[in-house]
Amino acid sequence: MGFFSFLDREHTVAKPGYSRWLVPPAALCVHLCIGQAYALSVFNLPMTKLLGITASGPGDWKLTELGWIFSLAMLFLGGSAAVFGRWVEEGGPRRAMFTAGCLWAGGFFLSAFGVYIHNLWLIYLGYGVIGGCALGIGYISPVSTLIKWFPDRPGMATGMAIMGFGGGAFIASPLSVWLMGKFNTPTHVGVMETFMIMGAIYFCFMMVGAAIVRVPAPGWKPEGYVAPAAATKLISKNDVYVYDAVKTPQFWLIWWVLCLNVTAGIGVLGQASAMSQEMFPGVITPIAASGLVGLMSLFNMGGRFCWASVSDFIGRKNTYFVFMVLGFILYVTVPHAGSIGSVALFVFCFCIIISMYGGGFSTVPAYLKDMFGVRYVGAIHGLLLTAWSAAGIFGPVIVNYLREYNITHGVPKAQAYNNTMYIMAGLLVIGFICNFFVKAVADRYHMKANDPRLAGTAKA
Amino acid sequence: MSNQTEASNGLKLFLAWSFVGIPLVLGVYNTLLNAMKLFH
Repeated sequence: MGFFSFLDREHTVAKPGYSRWLVPPAALCVHLCIGQAYALSVFNLPMTKLLGITASGPGDWKLTELGWIFSLAMLFLGGSAAVFGRWVEEGGPRRAMFTAGCLWAGGFFLSAFGVYIHNLWLIYLGYGVIGGCALGIGYISPVSTLIKWFPDRPGMATGMAIMGFGGGAFIASPLSVWLMGKFNTPTHVGVMETFMIMGAIYFCFMMVGAAIVRVPAPGWKPEGYVAPAAATKLISKNDVYVYDAVKTPQFWLIWWVLCLNVTAGIGVLGQASAMSQEMFPGVITPIAASGLVGLMSLFNMGGRFCWASVSDFIGRKNTYFVFMVLGFILYVTVPHAGSIGSVALFVFCFCIIISMYGGGFSTVPAYLKDMFGVRYVGAIHGLLLTAWSAAGIFGPVIVNYLREYNITHGVPKAQAYNNTMYIMAGLLVIGFICNFFVKAVADRYHMKANDPRLAGTAKA
Repeated sequence: MSNQTEASNGLKLFLAWSFVGIPLVLGVYNTLLNAMKLFH
């Protein structure tokens, strides 16, 4: 393994003078790439016309079949983050970023081959399974490293990286459209070439991240930073072993808090365009609705950084209380905005809701660090991401099912979403209760200095 | 920290942040233009 020894954690320890502000761009190199997943839908229509070229022909793939690519990727994101979390934590960020880069590019190349021979199963395997594993490993790879470099601002540091995941689609979407336009001919849809080029670009980008990332030397702390002498009520100074963390009620309470917050957010995120047009017929046109989706994605990205940074000042638990209480008020306000025909109020509600959806993702690593310590926070975060996978199923199902139910029972389209909004508000009440019961982890779960499991991990 | 290290760090920071910042800012600008359709 001599050739790959540069990936080892001990080869990534920062030398004196290294600036910790190089770590967020390293993390962004990975997150901006894997954030492409949010822009996968731009390939949907072109991939339904690979044989027919101008329109779907016999043997072309259907949208429902293509929808499984994203679902598989999300499923494997949660699964791989949970399974490989400990490996990521113990192997260090460079090994994880390198692996994620290889898998992500490999997934694109295999998918390109799948497009070339028109085999959907290869795309399921390439983007869905291999790419999904890259998403999971890449997503958690910089988390604990950032927290170690920024003990004074852990929320802001992880918020910066996770903001990149939200922003990745901003780059991927126009790039994909531009590349497909370049390779499109009257007899050929340029999806294969686009996949190949994007895979190559992402590989290079992620390798830069892997090259510049460093872990702090043991005992390092920022200049002038004085760690609190004693643990505060909800910020532990002790570490909890990754598989002990899942035995604590705190882990499952935070799991539900994240799951419910994300369920509520996903529920409106995927439906915003249709919902806005049906609630304001003739006022919000399809073009304006696409503008709303763009605006919401900006708030999603901005919320990731802003809310996580705010949590450094008001505390994680309080931040989630804000999400639940403010979210409840806003969800209940949406039907009112529809009834009085106020587009401005509707847009305001949705933008703030979606900023808190993003904020929920970015604040949770620091919440876990407060509860379970720094040592295994990346691995524990990986396990917690299964909540995201679960929410990815609950959210759209609740919104779609309720809408259909209302419409088949004679509710006008403009009001069909009202019950959904009230149910989302109800979910946030449950989230509030779960968050309320989060207390400090019991002493018996804390790792002792002579714990044999510490032998496998670096203390940095 | 010596002046040379500081200058070297400054250059590295500039390059690293530009590397991720430029595509991100372009992407945000593009999305902002798209979002403006809501107000037309």
